[in-house]
Amino acid sequence: MADFDVPKFREIPIIPKLQEGTMEHSKPYVAKADFQQPLGYPGELLDNWKEVAIDKMGELLGKYRSFQVFLDACVKCGACTDKCHYYLGTTDPKNMPVGRQDLLRKVYRRYFTFAGKYFPKLVGAQDLTEEVLDDWYSYFHQCSQCRRCSVFCPYGIDTAEISMAAREIMDAVGKGQKYCNEIIGKVFKVGNNLGLPQPALEDTLEGIEEDVEEETGVKVRYPLDEKGAEVLLVTPSADFFAEPHVDGLIGYGKVFHEAGISWTLSSHASEAANFGMFIGSYENMKRVSMRIREAALDLGVKRIIFGECGHAWRVAYSFLNTLAGPFDFLDPNYPVPQHICEFTHDLIKQGKLNLDKSRNDDMTLTYHDSCNVARASRMGDTPGGQFTIPRDIIKASCNNFYDMSADTVYDSTYCCGGGGGLLTDDLMELRVKGALPRMEALKKVVDEHGVTHMAAICAICKSQFAKVMPYYGFTLDQIVSVHQLVSNALILTGQKSDDDEDEGDED
Amino acid sequence: MSFVSIAYTALFYAAAIVFLVGVGARIYRYAKTPAPLKIPTTPAPTTTGGVVLRMFREVVFFQSLFRSNKWIWIFGWIFHFSLLLVLLRHIRYFQDQVWLWVTLIQPFGKYAAFGMIIGLLGLWARRILVDRVRYISAPSDHLMLALLIGIGLSGMMMTFVSHTDIVSVKAFFLGMMRFSPQELPTDPALLIHLFLVALLLIVFPISKLLHAPGVFFSPTRNQVDNPREKRHLAPWAAELEK
Ligand code: HEM
Ligand code: SF4
Ligand code: SF4
Repeated sequence: MADFDVPKFREIPIIPKLQEGTMEHSKPYVAKADFQQPLGYPGELLDNWKEVAIDKMGELLGKYRSFQVFLDACVKCGACTDKCHYYLGTTDPKNMPVGRQDLLRKVYRRYFTFAGKYFPKLVGAQDLTEEVLDDWYSYFHQCSQCRRCSVFCPYGIDTAEISMAAREIMDAVGKGQKYCNEIIGKVFKVGNNLGLPQPALEDTLEGIEEDVEEETGVKVRYPLDEKGAEVLLVTPSADFFAEPHVDGLIGYGKVFHEAGISWTLSSHASEAANFGMFIGSYENMKRVSMRIREAALDLGVKRIIFGECGHAWRVAYSFLNTLAGPFDFLDPNYPVPQHICEFTHDLIKQGKLNLDKSRNDDMTLTYHDSCNVARASRMGDTPGGQFTIPRDIIKASCNNFYDMSADTVYDSTYCCGGGGGLLTDDLMELRVKGALPRMEALKKVVDEHGVTHMAAICAICKSQFAKVMPYYGFTLDQIVSVHQLVSNALILTGQKSDDDEDEGDED
Repeated sequence: MSFVSIAYTALFYAAAIVFLVGVGARIYRYAKTPAPLKIPTTPAPTTTGGVVLRMFREVVFFQSLFRSNKWIWIFGWIFHFSLLLVLLRHIRYFQDQVWLWVTLIQPFGKYAAFGMIIGLLGLWARRILVDRVRYISAPSDHLMLALLIGIGLSGMMMTFVSHTDIVSVKAFFLGMMRFSPQELPTDPALLIHLFLVALLLIVFPISKLLHAPGVFFSPTRNQVDNPREKRHLAPWAAELEK
């Protein structure tokens, strides 16, 4: 199936011995000039790239406290060395969080610290050379910016911050990554990552309306660009057509329908994802975010709600107010923005949704905490709501639910292996290997509890799992959306009786 | 004054200045560099009080490290808290009138030296034996441990084997603090101990020992989780809005 070895499940999950260089060859395609220039980056590697890179590093050191403090503070204690799924799956020491940071730290020390300038060998400082740049390109595109390392580091050193800075430096010298930069370009041009224009969206949504009406007998609306709606829903564009994402979108529509709240999607902001974060670019992230503000103003909505997407929720929850705020023109009674899970959860608490759990009895579920939701955001009023709210929703929609092992869920969750701008076919080997720890944890609940499906609230997780699960002996339809479960269980007011459609319901 | 006394006086003035100015400059830099985005590692406290508690648990109990790796935690924690006791015990060499509590902790501080050495040896053993930690170690990481062990052992020599003239040592440091240099006894253990301590002070601001001030400035640990409630904007980011 693959031209690389798929890692075997470890009988006892011992920490693997390191093997140098196993992933040195893994590199995503470099962005061509057409994808670099629209984002304000040079089209190809500059002649004086070294100076530009060092200058850029200096600039970032003055702009980001995280970058400055993290480069200084690491004591090389080793606590993070076994925490990255990419290390566990590839055994390449440069995929240990500190190993990854050191690729940049050694250059930082050489050019910016006393010890590195005068005693480079002593402190492991190194000149910036082409080999170093190659290593950067390789290994800073083997970090999904999942922050698992930051949970376990005594100083909270977040390798994601280092990766973002490294990618920004590489963009600045003209060595950007095709996948991310092309996508950001599409968002600016068309409005979403997939490049779906307004008419295509309209078509898709009409199709969904028809399907839902046929299935339930209820006319549930999936509106686009509707002025004066109460809620603007911003969701990842995968929700418009890919499985299982679209089942989630169907679910959001049904929930809004039952709540009796008018809502709309926007073709201008038809994308929740913000790849500006992956490349560490404040400016691009801000520009992508501004679409949402513009759409909200243009449509005159009162609330903004985000669909199921992991890093999009991080940017929305943690950064949107900073990047595109203040949102004083929206209804102050609701947080800006809200997550669709917060919205659905509130309705469930108020008893407004008629959920028949038995309609999901063909599945036994587990839940994958998406890294950016788990470690970089919150839901609800209390810390940790991002763990309990989705689980509450699942449990309200299904009878059979089992969590995976404690060291692989909540804030210890493992990344799916495809986040952070790595969800591209040219990184397939990395994606498969990086999924190992999650697949092992899944296998365990499959064997012990007969789990059949794993639910997630992230477009990247869903796409990634659909692609890599077959490598590990699962099937691609074993990954489901949380709102797909809600959609299955929800009996709409006036819905056709159950018997009419029971046969068609099998998975 | 003897040559040794003059040299050590100069050395300690220099070391103290490098340490204070160096660490001060670093802290100033950390403090003035903005954190443009909210990036606490969640779940994170939603109030400032909560953040103070989180930081307290990190600094006093090494909470994240505890979750992460019990071996590093146990050796690291023993080392640091022994070091703390040892440092507190040393306060008496800088005071005319020694505070009561400093007198009371003397016996503990004395034996904490063993804790320090045990902790450091444990950490060093990991650095040599565990392949992953060996891979990330530069020579300076080994030397730092050697330096601290050297300080510990030479100190213990004086406490437990051959006492130095501690009254004169105290007079030496009090003299330095009052800018009227005094003679320093010249037994080898003391001279080695003091030389290494001066070296530690000098490397502090240019080494990984910056983790001590750094931890307090780590945005993933010191930020309040309230981005929706309160708009967070760095000065350079505000410029972009114009
Ligand atoms: C706010 C005060 C401090 C805190 C919270 C702190 C915390 C830590 C932590 C969590 C580690 C990693 C675990 C370990 O290896 O022990 C560490 C390592 C270390 N600390 Fe500290 N520390 C502080 C002050 C100091 C001071 C004042 C010194 C020395 C003068 C020091 C020397 C070291 C050394 C040498 C290591 C590396 C040990 C190794 O090589 O494995 N620390 N510190
Ligand atoms: S856990 Fe933190 S301090 Fe320790 S090696 Fe990793 S990044 Fe460095
Ligand atoms: S952020 Fe995630 S992917 Fe990146 S080094 Fe840390 S654990 Fe690995």
